[in-house]
Order: sequence, then structure tokens, then C-alpha cells
Amino acid sequence: MTKLKSKRIRVLPGFGLTLGYSIFYLSIIVLIPLASLFVETANASWDKIWQTISDPRVIASYRVTFLSAFYAAVINVIFGLLLAWVLVRYKFPGKKLIDGIIDLPFALPTAVAGIALTAIYAENGFIGKLFAPLGIKIAYTQIGITIALIFIGLPFVVRTVQPVLQELDREIEEAAVTLGAYRWRTFRSVILPELTPALWTGFALAFARAIGEYGSVVFIAGNMPFKTEIAPLLIMTKLEQFDYAGATAIALVMLLSSFVMLLVINFLQWRSQHQAISE
Amino acid sequence: MAGSTTMNGLAGSSEVRPRHATESLPFRWLWITIALLFVGLILILPLVTVIYEGLKKGVELYLTALIEPDAISALKLTLLVALIAVPLNTLFGVAAAWTITKFQFRGKNILLTLIDLPFAVSPVISGLVYVLLFGARGWFGPFLEANHLQIVYAVPGIILATTFVTFPFVARELIPLMQAQGKQEEEAAASLGAKGWHIFWHVTMPNIKWGLLYGIILCNARAIGEFGAVSVVSGHIRGETNTLPLHIEILYNEYQFSAAFAVASLLVALALVTLVAKSLIERRQQRAAARNRMN
Repeated sequence: MTKLKSKRIRVLPGFGLTLGYSIFYLSIIVLIPLASLFVETANASWDKIWQTISDPRVIASYRVTFLSAFYAAVINVIFGLLLAWVLVRYKFPGKKLIDGIIDLPFALPTAVAGIALTAIYAENGFIGKLFAPLGIKIAYTQIGITIALIFIGLPFVVRTVQPVLQELDREIEEAAVTLGAYRWRTFRSVILPELTPALWTGFALAFARAIGEYGSVVFIAGNMPFKTEIAPLLIMTKLEQFDYAGATAIALVMLLSSFVMLLVINFLQWRSQHQAISE
Repeated sequence: MAGSTTMNGLAGSSEVRPRHATESLPFRWLWITIALLFVGLILILPLVTVIYEGLKKGVELYLTALIEPDAISALKLTLLVALIAVPLNTLFGVAAAWTITKFQFRGKNILLTLIDLPFAVSPVISGLVYVLLFGARGWFGPFLEANHLQIVYAVPGIILATTFVTFPFVARELIPLMQAQGKQEEEAAASLGAKGWHIFWHVTMPNIKWGLLYGIILCNARAIGEFGAVSVVSGHIRGETNTLPLHIEILYNEYQFSAAFAVASLLVALALVTLVAKSLIERRQQRAAARNRMN
């Protein structure tokens, strides 16, 4: 009976093998290593953990990390929307090239981006030079960190908004126009609401990536404690001092905030799919 | 052909659209200009800078930086790491995509979320977990020491950390693709008596080969360029545990800027090849999709 039933459900072969292998490989490469983080925390005393994460220098590094990531994600939402709009709606020479280069931050090693951005925004750099006489330093300040994070996060916003904009039904837009709405009003009350879930998803993805980013930031940050020291760098420093518990405590706070972001992303995607189905 | 666009309900060219249905010409150019300036400043300028800084002190110095023994050994190690990490993750990606898209089972969504985990983890943390496991004071530390084995601060650690960081790429690319294609073709082949491997190779593979290739290319680009995770588990020993990105960091910190940018230009080339391959594959997929619609 059971044999018949399972045969009817699973016509295709290989379920046991592929599922078993997937779970096995997932466990040894991802789950067991990540579990070590929690076990390490459980073994450490709460005093030690609390001491680490309430250290003013650590708190300052969280501030720098989260604030820079937030600013960068906001700027990416604005310019990512503009870029997606221009790429979907307009025709201009070189459009294909621009569309292709959007993915550059996914393909370019972060360390390369880091040294290039530092060279550009240092006081003697191509752009740093323009701002130096005004007394504005970009590299080795939080502005520099934010610029690196803008670089890293941009494709996340463009690539989540672009397909939604492509699928957008232009008849609704045209209906709004026939009813006499001007362009800005049509955009704000017809188009923007449709794009909002994608914009939030893009924001969350860019923000989450920026929190953990290391390679592109360390070169341009200057790494001054309390000012431009990011949390991933502090983990690195603690490890070099063999302070495993300290490194783990800092990592855990970052990891938990990333998980929260991941949950938010999944919820937003679930909601937008749900909306699409119910329509 | 000509009538098909109107039949699909796609509003045709802009002439038939009423006024205000798109932005006025000056605004259109304003937005395009701002967008292009932004792309130029954020994305293109760094690329140009790498090439310019690499060649600033002459071609000779540029070439010397590339053929110097430390650079060559870094290149070799980087390729070795990618050569192990990418096939491992490809095998996993195919297996996971098969199990997720061809079968119904409980916990599928949990599995999907877990596959994405490495994307949500900071590269530094990806390295940290292996130090916790295999470091001198880690779980397996005493065992490894007793047997004179070294994983972190050595090549195996670099391979493990890279595999962790590039874990989701192939699976992420294949799952939506195979989901969209359904399983009727495979089921038809199975009902005709085809065996598992045969079905995969002759029925599934032709449909997913471009998506698979794209996943592999992305996975490879990240494997070669990974910095944070590798930095944690590498001992930073020149000529031994330095990958290309780590080699760039060392050169840069020693103020050998031209050499650092020269080596970086290799990775820029890799990034550009990745982007070109991506757009070629996408064009192929679009053409294939168009063909399918016609049939």
C-alpha cells in the first residue's frame, strides 16, 4: 500500500540521494560551523559577553557600521530607483552597457574596490583633491565608508526594482493620465505604491550586505577606534589577540541583526507574492 | 509577427500614448544624465582608476608586479582554491535544485532559507567560525595539534572559508530556473523507462545549461575575489597562504601602490569577463524563451 502510494507521488528518481546529499553537505559546510558560534557563546560567561558588547569601543563600532550601512542603503534606494527607471523606460545610447555594468559590484573583488575607492577619494585623489581645499575629507572618514557601501549595495536595489518595473501594467498609468493626472501625481500615487515592496526588499538586501562588508571598507575607513572602526574589523582584531569569546560576542550581535533582516526580506517577498496571487 | 505586440496588449510606441504618460523630453534627459553621472562616479571611475594607477609608473613595473614569484604563487593558490570550491558547490547546487524543484517534502522552505544563510553572514564571521572549530583553541584544535595537522592559517582553511562564502551561488541560480520549467518533461522521460542519470543528462541538462553556467561563473568570481573570510583564516604567509586579494592588501599596506593596482587589474579583467559572460548568457536565455513562446 505504502509502496504504491510513494510510487504515485514520486515518479522521478533520486529524491533520497539528492536530499540526503544536500542536507549532508549543508551541515558540514554551513550548519556545523555556524553552530560553533552559538556553542562558543554558550560556553562563555555572560559577564564576559556583556563586558565585550558593552565596551564603548565596540558600541562605537556598531554605531559606525549600522549608521553608514543605513545612509548607504537610503542613497542606494533613491539612485537605484532612478537607475531602474531610466533603464526600463528610456532609450539612450550605451544603455545595454550601463545595464551590464550595474552588476560590477557582484563581480569585482571587494579588496580591489576598496583600494580603488581609496585612491579616488584620498586627499591627493581624483575626487578627494576637489574637496580637500574646502576642508572636507572623504577617505578615512565615515563619508568614505558610506561611499564604499554605496558601491557594494547598488545592484541589490536596481536588480530588485527593475523586474517589477518591467512587469508593471502601463494601462493603469495611462488610465490615470486619461483622468487628468499629471506625471508626478501618476508616479506618486500609481507607480510608487507598486514599487514599494521591491524598494523595501532592495533596501533590506543592501543594508544587510553593508553591515557585514569588510573588504571594500577597511582600506577607505582609516580604522580609527571610536570614529571609523567597523564591527567586522573589531572581530578581526579580537581574533588576532586570541580573544575568541570577544570576537564571538561581537559576531553574534551582527549575526542576529542579519537574521532579522533576512526574516524581514522573506516576509516582504512573501507579502508581495501574496498580493500578486490575490489580485 | 507585426501584429503580435498589439495582441499581447503591450502599448505600442510612444506616439500613441497620451501626453503626461511619460516625462517631458527635458526631464527625461535630466534623469538620464543624473543616472549616468552616478554610474560613472560610483562604478566606472574605480575601474578606470585601477588600470590607471597600475600603469602610472610604466608598463615594465606593471609586468614585473605580475610575474614576481609571490604574485605567481598567490595566483596559483587562488586558482587551486576556486578549482576545489566551485565544483563542490556546483554538485551541491544541482542536487539541491533537483530535490527542491522535483519533489514535495516537509521542511522545503526551511531548506531554502538555510541555503541562503551564507549570504546573510558577514565574510569575517564566515572565517571566524572555522577558527572556532579548527584554531589552536578551537574544538578540534588539540586533536589537530596531536596529529600535526593544520587547517586554519593554512590552505585547507582558505578552501573551507571560500566554499562557505560561495555556497549558495549555483543553487540560487538553478532553483528558480528549474521551478519555472516544471517537471513534466522529466516525468514523461521516466514513464518511458529512462533512468535517473539519463533523465538528468538528456532532459534536464539541455534546459538548464546556461543558467548552470551562469551560476558557476558567479561562484567562480566570488571564489577568486573573496577577501574577508580568507583574510581571517589565512596565515598571511607570503608565497604560502596568500591568495590574490590578500597579496594586493600586503602590497598596498607596504605602499607598493603600482604593484598593488597591477595585480588588482587582473581581478578587474576577471570581473569584466564575468559581466560579459553574464550578458551573453542572458541574451541566449531570452532568445530561447522567445522560441518557446513561438512554439
